[in-house]
Amino acid sequence: MTDIAKGPAPAAAPTGSPMVRFDQVTKSYGAFVVLDQLELDVAAGEKVAIIGPSGSGKTTVLRMLMTLEPINGGVIWVDGEPLTSMRRNGALVPADARHLRRMRGKIGMVFQHFNLFPHMTALKNCMEAPCTVLGLSKAESEARGRELLVMVGLGDKLQHYPAQLSGGQQQRVAIARALAMRPKVMLFDEVTSALDPELVGEVLNVIRKLGAELDLTMLMVTHQMGFAKEFADRVCFFYGGKICEQGPPAKLFGSPENERTRQFLRAVLEAT
Amino acid sequence: MKFWDWPFTFEILPMLAWASLVTLEATILGFAIAAVLGLAFAIGRMFGPAWLSVPLAGFIEFIRSTPLLIQIFFLFFVFPEFGISLPAMTAGVMALGLHYATYCSEVYRAGLANIARGQWEACTALNLTAFHTFRDVIIPQAIPPIVPALGNYFVALFKDTPLLSAIAVLELMQTAKIIGSDNFRYTEPITIVGLIFLIFSLAAAGLIRLVEMRLNRRIRRA
Amino acid sequence: MQLRSLTVCAIIAFAAGLIVASFAGFREFLPGLLQGALITVEITLGGCVLSVIAAVIAALAKMYGPWPIRWLAVVYIEIFRGTSALVQLFWLFFVLPRFGLTMEPLTVAILALGLNVGAYGAEVVRGAVAAVPRGQWEATIALNMNRAQALRRIILPQAVVAMIPPWGNLFIELLKATAIVSLITVADLAFRAQEMNATTYRTVEIFSIVLVIYLAMAMLITIGMRRLEGLAAKGLARGRSH
Ligand SMILES: Nc1ncnc2c1ncn2[C@@H]1O[C@H](COP(=O)(O)OP(=O)(O)O)[C@@H](O)[C@H]1O
Ligand SMILES: [Mg+2]
Repeated sequence: MTDIAKGPAPAAAPTGSPMVRFDQVTKSYGAFVVLDQLELDVAAGEKVAIIGPSGSGKTTVLRMLMTLEPINGGVIWVDGEPLTSMRRNGALVPADARHLRRMRGKIGMVFQHFNLFPHMTALKNCMEAPCTVLGLSKAESEARGRELLVMVGLGDKLQHYPAQLSGGQQQRVAIARALAMRPKVMLFDEVTSALDPELVGEVLNVIRKLGAELDLTMLMVTHQMGFAKEFADRVCFFYGGKICEQGPPAKLFGSPENERTRQFLRAVLEAT
Repeated sequence: MKFWDWPFTFEILPMLAWASLVTLEATILGFAIAAVLGLAFAIGRMFGPAWLSVPLAGFIEFIRSTPLLIQIFFLFFVFPEFGISLPAMTAGVMALGLHYATYCSEVYRAGLANIARGQWEACTALNLTAFHTFRDVIIPQAIPPIVPALGNYFVALFKDTPLLSAIAVLELMQTAKIIGSDNFRYTEPITIVGLIFLIFSLAAAGLIRLVEMRLNRRIRRA
Repeated sequence: MQLRSLTVCAIIAFAAGLIVASFAGFREFLPGLLQGALITVEITLGGCVLSVIAAVIAALAKMYGPWPIRWLAVVYIEIFRGTSALVQLFWLFFVLPRFGLTMEPLTVAILALGLNVGAYGAEVVRGAVAAVPRGQWEATIALNMNRAQALRRIILPQAVVAMIPPWGNLFIELLKATAIVSLITVADLAFRAQEMNATTYRTVEIFSIVLVIYLAMAMLITIGMRRLEGLAAKGLARGRSH
């Protein structure tokens, strides 16, 4: 394991305090409540898989954590600090831009549709934010990008543009790009859903590798039940704006307690 | 000297109001020509034989790529050469109509071309006649995008009518210039003309948006 | 597209041939007209540069400026789109001097046309920026970039490609609009044409040559913008997406 790929040590967080905590978080679009008083703690280094039917709010959870969606109630805590608000004179007030930027620095996200920058090569995609946001020199960020692209198995595609890469390769670039910012928490939103079936494996392998080599906290929305079972420390089943059931994969997949979980798992199994 | 002279303003306002009628007349007549001639151009270009459609396409491109002012001069000065004397207003309206006909023809063409191939094929499969295909299926779908686009060109043509002042048609701009040179005060007449144009175009733009929403609502409901 | 250019070429050749064949005094007019054409080119180039600058500033101000600046941008765009170019030209020419601002007619011409087309261009810029997929913005947030960084490095470079074809049309509109500067005594191509027409009455010949010169300039713009589009698209993404 290299220094560059190591990232910050989440062990620095005080034991007992979770890396991510959703505290009674509510999210609604107009009158439609997507998430209702969500409670979820994720420990540092923990790998949580989020499953559930379409429209149950899985993506919304990750997008709120990435500050892409405002929340309507409750507090999200990341690394012991409130995410979209901050303490001032003992009270919580809406966060200013500086606080938001500092908090975002702790989180990285990989999107379902990659969202690579089409006008930049794979390497440039990985260098852009380290240069402009972290203020690294060109040489430093290039070294970092190179190393990460090698790690995701794209050492020979550094100078390729996104349009010249397969979906699986693009998604691996997107993972490298997010890692280049050295986040403590990585969010994966159905990162294999837009891929042809034969390309799913290469992306999951990269995630496995991250799990084994880096000390990252991971939240991943996925429909790959086999992968969730083998990789995650904990599986959360979302239904109707709530976590309907959660537990270790063996327990949740082996002997689900909730009827809805059983129904969902049965439906997914039938489909595959 | 004052920047703005109110008594003078009220004195010239009736003249400008009168001139705005001439502007409006030129706009409406010019656009009538543009709309009809544009349709003819579009049909000729889309459905005509090659000996018609190819030169027509070139002609349209030619008119679109060259200045309206020159076209106005051309028509104004060229007819007398052949012994026909045209009033300035007629020549000007013809030039406006011809120039904007080329824009309108593109609007019609795009409106028809944007209808999904499946619609034509469905009509063929249902054995509709060409007439019914057009009247019942194609035209109702083509109208919602066409009408607002034509509306925009109506406003654009309106804003080009001051060019007729170059051949001394007594529309708004020419009237303002005459007032200006007679009184050595250009500020009021030209500013008022600008305001009249602004008000008319903003109102027209609002109207077009309203019509657009109506039309879109209808097609969605259908 | 190619067919269209070919047709236009054919027509130009035909018209040019016609003029040369039927018109003995061709030599007599051409030098004067070409001098005017040079002024037209000058105004067009100046206007194009000014319009792009005005458009980008106005569009960004309208989208992201604090409210007084946003309001200013909206007023600029609405006024210049809502009145006609000739009115704007005359206003700058006749009214501005009363406020103590006297400029060369040529400067007035470039200013009026540049600002006029810039107002239309602002909407083009805005549309192109708005058309960049939302995911690109989201990626910049996930990478912790601020808005200026995101716009400059990620969003605008992608928007530029979509802007080029509509800007090509705007530049041609600008070229066409330059003819009106003849009405404030700038000796451009249209001005020379009127002058010669008034002295020689050879309307058909003079205006035919003039129209063909304008057409040739418009075609140069079209060809140039196509080139630019090709280059920009190549810069945006080498090879085709599958
Ligand atoms: N911008 C939005 N406006 C309105 N409703 C939305 C919006 N985004 C998501 N939703 C709704 O929120 C619910 C949860 O969405 P999402 O988190 O994307 O679900 P999942 O990822 O579990 O499929 C869905 O019912 C969706 O329709
Ligand atoms: Mg989702």
